[in-house]
Amino acid sequence: MTGLLSYLVFFLIQALIYALVALGLNLQWGYTGLFNIGVAGFFLVGSYTFAVLSGPAYATHLGGFGLPVAVGILGAMAMAGLIALVVGIPTLRLREDYLAIATIGIAEVLRLVALNARGLTGGSRGAQSIPRPFQGLELGNVASNLVFLVLVAALVVLVYLALETMVRSPWGRVLKAIREDEQAASSLGKDPFRFRLQSFVLGCAIMGLGGALNASFVGFVAPTDFLPILTFEIWAMLIVGGSGNNRGALLGSVLVWAFWTGTGSIAQSLLPSGLQVKGGALQVILIGAVLLLILMIRPRGLIGEERTVSREAELGGDGRT
Amino acid sequence: MAMLEVNGISKSFGGLQATTDLSFKVEPGEIVSVIGPNGAGKTTLFNLITGVYRPDQGDIRFEGQSIVGLKPNQIVDRGIARTFQNLRLFTNLSVLDNVLIPQHHRLRSTWWSAVLRTPGYRRREQQMHDLALEKLSFFGPRLMSFRLHQPVYVLSYANRRRTEMARAMATGAKMLLLDEPSAGMNPKETVEITDIIRRMRDEGGYTILLVEHKMNLVGEISDRVVVLDYGQKIAEGAYQDVVDDPKVIEAYLGKRAQDEADSEAAAGGQA
Repeated sequence: MTGLLSYLVFFLIQALIYALVALGLNLQWGYTGLFNIGVAGFFLVGSYTFAVLSGPAYATHLGGFGLPVAVGILGAMAMAGLIALVVGIPTLRLREDYLAIATIGIAEVLRLVALNARGLTGGSRGAQSIPRPFQGLELGNVASNLVFLVLVAALVVLVYLALETMVRSPWGRVLKAIREDEQAASSLGKDPFRFRLQSFVLGCAIMGLGGALNASFVGFVAPTDFLPILTFEIWAMLIVGGSGNNRGALLGSVLVWAFWTGTGSIAQSLLPSGLQVKGGALQVILIGAVLLLILMIRPRGLIGEERTVSREAELGGDGRT
Repeated sequence: MAMLEVNGISKSFGGLQATTDLSFKVEPGEIVSVIGPNGAGKTTLFNLITGVYRPDQGDIRFEGQSIVGLKPNQIVDRGIARTFQNLRLFTNLSVLDNVLIPQHHRLRSTWWSAVLRTPGYRRREQQMHDLALEKLSFFGPRLMSFRLHQPVYVLSYANRRRTEMARAMATGAKMLLLDEPSAGMNPKETVEITDIIRRMRDEGGYTILLVEHKMNLVGEISDRVVVLDYGQKIAEGAYQDVVDDPKVIEAYLGKRAQDEADSEAAAGGQA
């Protein structure tokens, strides 16, 4: 029983960390129409920045600043936002396709830098012993996970509420206007570039927050944590849940992560030992099938963007014009 | 001083000369119509004025200042707003949202003021809401009450045109460029929109430049008419003078018809 509960806590922490990343992506794609397929790269920046800022002194690579966890987290967000600024300034003026190409490229570049810049990141062996918050309290394993869950959940609520307020504000209306029709938005006095840049940087900073929490939770980062499959998972979460809806991003993250871990353990228990190694491929195939199903049955996701039809209209306001 | 002054502008796309040495003026409070056969360069002219395209030659002045080279959003700030021939509404957003969005560039809207819900933020939201209703009320009850919260994609074509006009007014512009405001409207609705455009000038104080194909609308409200053909101005003046101009008739009906009319007149004179 305790085993199941502690697994549940473990599961929820990971799901909620992904939920943060999915919320960041939702701001970019769901509300602004920015096609960011370099999610893993910004997650990586957050993870490593946190490891460097708050981690212990490492013998072979940068670190040892020993800054408080909160400072490490803020630093991770700032660094991910800064990288987004550098990527966004040249690409967000162009058509949306260029952002997609640039982000997929930058994510791979960042991963290769992490792999090869040993003095900075520890190379393929990664960075270890990354601290958790409240580490000084010497909590047991279960209690430490519980505390971490509460912290992550609180951050998810905070980010969710902030995003909800923002997308309902005039600022959010402009983002949606740009998503709908950029030329019309600029004919109404909006500079699409400025708003896209803000949305992109803010979304990436939230992804950096997710990365920092992940590094702290797992206690270890290595370049293999940031393969493009991570970007794919986050996209799957957003699409399944419903892009353009922050609750959709949350729901999708939990469901897809449950599906992902569930199929993983089923594959492990069902497949003959010779095929165990290929279980991972099976997971990807299954999640692909789920995506296709969702797109066919509920193209807007499980809970898609909220409709703005008034109640009166839905009750059958007359159809005249 | 003229409100809008177009001075010898030309624009070509590759080998196609879309606009050639075009000049005209619009005085404050005027309603000026641009007419001409399909492909005459009417929408290109709108795109040049609003900064979508940049003229190859010539100058465009608004209230005495050149606006050539400004971006579309900067030109709106100067005071020119437009509608589009093919409608460019935010179709998934509500009517009200469509009319709120253009106001944000005047009332500063930052994401952090919304998160903090500053008193100024709440006051600005209320102001925007009031102004949106004021502009939508130009069209009587058609866009009010439950329609306010409907997404634009459920609206009829005519109501979409009205929404787009309200949206242009909500930018705070002094001058409106209306690209075929009556397209897709039946005769009764066309009469109604004609009256509304006149009220937009008389009560709203807007100066209006419009492109239109329906001649009864043009004749009804235009102070002056500019006629384009193949990117050149072929006539300008009061509606009655312009439609009787042989060059205009030729542009619309073709040379042979005019020749025939001439020879018939000549034949009639001999008989």
